[in-house]
Amino acid sequence: MALLEIAGLEAEVEGKPILRGIDLAVPLGEVHAIMGPNGSGKSTLAYVLAGREGLRVTAGTVRFEGQDLLAMEPEARAAAGLFLAFQYPVELPGVGNANFLRTALNAVRRARSEPEVDALRFLKEARSALKRLSMADEMLRRNVNVGFSGGEKKRNEVFQMALLKPRLAILDETDSGLDIDALKIVAAGVNALRGPGFSALVITHYQRLLDHIVPDRVHVLTEGRIVRSGGPELAVSLEESGYAGLAAEAAAA
Amino acid sequence: MSAVAETIETVSAVTEGGYKWGFETDIETELAPKGLSEDTIRLISARKEEPEWLLAWRLKAFAAWQTMSEPHWARVEHAPIDYQDIHYYAAPKKKTPKTLEDVDPELLRTYEKLGIPLSERAALAGVEGGQVAVDAVFDSVSVATTFRATLAKAGVIFCPISEAVREHPELVRRYLGSVVPAGDNFFAALNSAVFTDGSFVFIPKGVRCPMELSTYFRINARSTGQFERTLIIAEAGSHVSYLEGCTAPMRDENQLHAAVVELVALDEAEIKYSTVQNWYPGDAEGRGGIYNFVTKRGACRGRKSKISWTQVETGSAITWKYPSCILQGEGSVGAFYSVALTNNRQQADTGTKMIHIGPNTTSTIVSKGISAGRSNNTYRGLVRIMPRAAHARNFTQCDSLLIGDRCGAHTVPYIESRNATAKVEHEATTSKIAEDQLFYCRSRGLSEEDAVTLIVNGFCREVLKELPMEFAVEAQKLLAVSLEGSVG
Repeated sequence: MALLEIAGLEAEVEGKPILRGIDLAVPLGEVHAIMGPNGSGKSTLAYVLAGREGLRVTAGTVRFEGQDLLAMEPEARAAAGLFLAFQYPVELPGVGNANFLRTALNAVRRARSEPEVDALRFLKEARSALKRLSMADEMLRRNVNVGFSGGEKKRNEVFQMALLKPRLAILDETDSGLDIDALKIVAAGVNALRGPGFSALVITHYQRLLDHIVPDRVHVLTEGRIVRSGGPELAVSLEESGYAGLAAEAAAA
Repeated sequence: MSAVAETIETVSAVTEGGYKWGFETDIETELAPKGLSEDTIRLISARKEEPEWLLAWRLKAFAAWQTMSEPHWARVEHAPIDYQDIHYYAAPKKKTPKTLEDVDPELLRTYEKLGIPLSERAALAGVEGGQVAVDAVFDSVSVATTFRATLAKAGVIFCPISEAVREHPELVRRYLGSVVPAGDNFFAALNSAVFTDGSFVFIPKGVRCPMELSTYFRINARSTGQFERTLIIAEAGSHVSYLEGCTAPMRDENQLHAAVVELVALDEAEIKYSTVQNWYPGDAEGRGGIYNFVTKRGACRGRKSKISWTQVETGSAITWKYPSCILQGEGSVGAFYSVALTNNRQQADTGTKMIHIGPNTTSTIVSKGISAGRSNNTYRGLVRIMPRAAHARNFTQCDSLLIGDRCGAHTVPYIESRNATAKVEHEATTSKIAEDQLFYCRSRGLSEEDAVTLIVNGFCREVLKELPMEFAVEAQKLLAVSLEGSVG
């Protein structure tokens, strides 16, 4: 059984069908990339998996470790080990980053019947994670994403991921707006988590992130369907031929 | 850092919901007959063994009150109040205790349940950081004041005002009504006529009060009003931090609370006055709850004196209060930090008045209003710069946060400047908790209710950090509890 199993998933936003039948399985320990042009449904897929309101699933199933993921509240999905790194991380004025993270970490740990982490141990873990991500300790004192640059926001997402240690991370265009140094840091953050107990769904428009996070499988999403799947070489060939050819192929199929 | 985590814990701990301070103490009570007349006032004055001058003062206030009518300019609505249907005096029957050992054990248990230690030994055993001296006012009387001996050593007087009238008549006579005159407004006049107890604080010249002072007000008896009077005097160069808290049983009737607080700060004195107001707010349908009509005013009489009001208002069916500063002394400083949270059918009309009289006076106003349910929350504030107040400065920031789409937030600032060198700034924002913010928090594992609490606490942060540590934690818990049922 794969960690994540999506079968015949269809979803609409404001009455408009966006996902038109997605089948995808991500086994435990594997990193899969989802590539596709703008408007193909990549972010919608990420949001459906994380449980955002306002999206209507009209058909299909999603199983996470065998559980019916779609029946779970967003916080229950987080507790089960799912993490979404947002494309546009949200600002929380007046809420300190350290507070937010420790509260989240302990909420998740409580749900998993694990002991809570005290302030001291949290700080220790947070500081070492920051160091690995080449981020300043000051990050902990700032308010969640308030006044952060685009790159800082993305790194903050990866920082949260490092602390919450998910079983499945969904990275929604985490590379967008990053310069090459930041991109490498983000990739290193993801690679550090790789192992037999961790899977990831890396959503990206460009191949360059996949030079640094080398996926086990690549899926191409166009117009709400996965039109092709392959190994990491598929990303490279896409970079050369573009999505246009694939779309035509999909239409013909 | 632990405070927010603790807030979250509290929310989950009180999932059965409701107002946990709503119990009633079963204690024999002496009640004055219902109704307000000169006889009622004479009875109160006699019970308190007051001197003739104070009775005369009360009667004068009563005469003034009879000529006045209830103010109706605030954005609140309520059924007419029958002032003849209220008991104006309620006191536990047992004789006023002389020492803490003599306090009725039932009362001690009540305060223990409320988390207010009245035993000095217990308070000492639990010392973490600072000690707090407590004056406990139960219905119309003060039942205990702790740490008086320690305070007396420093020259600080902290006692029930009824006792101050007997023991320090010269001070009371000199300052009572000097900031809020007996005929100031309808509710202040009512209070002046019938006030029963409250706290008196005197900090002598140059003394820094060695501990936090606090008064804990509790309304217990049915169909009574509470009319307490607090007077704080800080002589030149002195410093005091004072806290007040208040709760009441859950009842389906509305009870009236009309208090007056007067503060006087002389040269370079500083008074920091903090309130956590948690009177019973009524039920989800708006039945019951306290009508909180309060006049609070501080006079910065001395040069470079400083008065700051910090309030967290979560309780009461109706809140009508405007803690104000009269900035007379040159270079004096006034501050008002407020969080007002309304849920269900609660109504709050609260704010401040900063009256700049002296030159180089400065004031800061930070108001955070949170409305949930079907509540209405109004900030009403006046900044007045008088002709002599050269180079006066004010900064006002009013932020409103809406939870849901059936509540209201209103901001009513009045600015009057009669000196061209003065500088007045006003900033206001209104926002809703965004779906994005909630989803972001939930995707990190927080429940919806915890997410709202976290966001609200963040919104109030600037004000909460002004509270003394122990109170800040208490206030955060209170916000969490008051927000229950506001989402979903």
